[in-house]
Amino acid sequence: MPRGNDKEYSVQQMITEKRLKKKNHFNFEKIIPGLLLLTAVLSVLTTIGIVFTLIFETFIFFDRISIIEFFTNKKWYPFSATDASFGIMPLVVGTLKVTGIAAIVAVPIGLATAIYLSEYASEKARRIIKPILEVLAGIPTIVYGFFALTFVTPILKQLIPSLETFNALSPGIVVGIMITPMVASLSEDAMSSVPRSIREGAFALGATKLETTIKVILPAAVSGITASVVLALSRAIGETMIVSVAGGSTPNASFDVTSSIQTMTAYIVQVSTGDAGYQTTIYYSIYAVGMTLFLFTLFMNLFAQFITRKFKEEY
Amino acid sequence: MNKLVDKEIVAKKMPSRIIRNQVFKGLFFLSTLFGLLVLGVLFYRIITQGIGYLDLDFFQNFASRRPENAGIKAAIIGTIWLMVVVAPVSLILGVGTAIYLEEYAKKNKFTSFIKLNISNLAGVPSIVFGLLGLTIFVRALALERSVLAAGLTMSLLVLPVIIVASQEAIRSVSKELREASFAMGATKWQTVLKVVLPASIPGILTGGILALSRAIGETAPLIVIGIPMFVAFLPKTIMDTFTVLPMQIYNWTSRPQAEFQDVAAAGILVMLVLLILMNSIAVFIRNHFQKRY
Repeated sequence: MPRGNDKEYSVQQMITEKRLKKKNHFNFEKIIPGLLLLTAVLSVLTTIGIVFTLIFETFIFFDRISIIEFFTNKKWYPFSATDASFGIMPLVVGTLKVTGIAAIVAVPIGLATAIYLSEYASEKARRIIKPILEVLAGIPTIVYGFFALTFVTPILKQLIPSLETFNALSPGIVVGIMITPMVASLSEDAMSSVPRSIREGAFALGATKLETTIKVILPAAVSGITASVVLALSRAIGETMIVSVAGGSTPNASFDVTSSIQTMTAYIVQVSTGDAGYQTTIYYSIYAVGMTLFLFTLFMNLFAQFITRKFKEEY
Repeated sequence: MNKLVDKEIVAKKMPSRIIRNQVFKGLFFLSTLFGLLVLGVLFYRIITQGIGYLDLDFFQNFASRRPENAGIKAAIIGTIWLMVVVAPVSLILGVGTAIYLEEYAKKNKFTSFIKLNISNLAGVPSIVFGLLGLTIFVRALALERSVLAAGLTMSLLVLPVIIVASQEAIRSVSKELREASFAMGATKWQTVLKVVLPASIPGILTGGILALSRAIGETAPLIVIGIPMFVAFLPKTIMDTFTVLPMQIYNWTSRPQAEFQDVAAAGILVMLVLLILMNSIAVFIRNHFQKRY
């Protein structure tokens, strides 16, 4: 529309035009939040998708195998042609064995690292060590699996001659190494957030650094430390590649750590790499196992969040 | 006279308390060294084992039944294809979610539900994402074992990482910058697009690169989806099937012949170099482009 001297172009028109422009703008401003909300809702949809696919396929599985057998039968022989049995107990025991060993490795080392970094290390040492631990946390799990099978297992075999090539001990230790940085870094955050004044108070009373750490800092940071351990163990439970490569594929419910095992995750991998047909009972069984795994980790994560919120110390 | 502090007892106990402190300091330090030591051993092992197989042929050959002919070409190209899907999808969705949560979302139950949901999603084992991908993308949407199906699954897996990193980056943009933009008459979206996002790009990119390096190293979800491990061709479109580095390494690791362990080490070497390169870029961006306001 021509401007300037054109008399046809009245003020009234300018106002309507401006208003129209504003309206368009207004619409645009309204569309964007909607679009962004859509992307945010997608994460919720992902969770719903996970829960529903697991529930639906697990129900089909429980149509064929009773839920009571699933939880009480102590044998997991899904591939047996004559008498296949689906009792998840051996897979759970395998998972807990690996997680337990991982905890024995990761909790003391991770906590000690956190204490060193938070209470003893100089600023310079912390700046060097923390990124290196981050590298350790960023190494793909398949690399850890390779490390467990080709390095840790042969060393352990020399110490324990009866150790099988596939066992619970080696992947357990390596999973522990994998989650150590997580325990260390989250616990360090918890300890560093204890205010300086509390520390100084203990020092002023004549406590040594060790006494301050054990009697003041650790109790003050206990909720954050517990949460870090729970989160790390939930990672260990869901860990797949290390146990698939080095743990073997023999489900058993014994507490022997030197023999071949199978974890929940390793079973899903075994079925996925094998040739179990679509819609067979074995196919649906991976969803039932996946559901069990999902519930395990979900409750642990919720528990960790509960601890941090409930016992959060305010200074 | 009653003394508050018995100096004699304190003096008697002091040496042992100091020694105990020193001993534990040493123990804590040794534990810290343990992690660094493991990292050193791991790199040393993989380099000495794998370096022998690292030659030009290794990069030009496809998978083979003979270790001396085995190559990593399909896996490298496949990893790049996977990134072509994961990078845009996860960045658009992740940054969009972060902008919504930081700039637009009202403080209500629904918003805190989304936040709770994202933090829980981050804790779901990667293999469970594989089950989701298998059911939704591979079967229900009939994408088969394609680059697209794998890429979408991976995007969902790394989404929480990008969201959290972007949220932090956006939050660190100071209020003054926003207010200045509003004072100039800019609308909310103009402010977000032209002030907040440019200021938070370094943080977002750093998070994005870390998320992509996680996607490069993940194996479990792709196994569940059914991505093949023995591939002797390259994908031509995102609907073709393919393989990636960690799948190829898993395949070599699980072969019984000892030579394949060395081939696996060579493959790991390639993957680790790629990851270290990406992480260095992330650190570089963080250090050089991060402005403090």
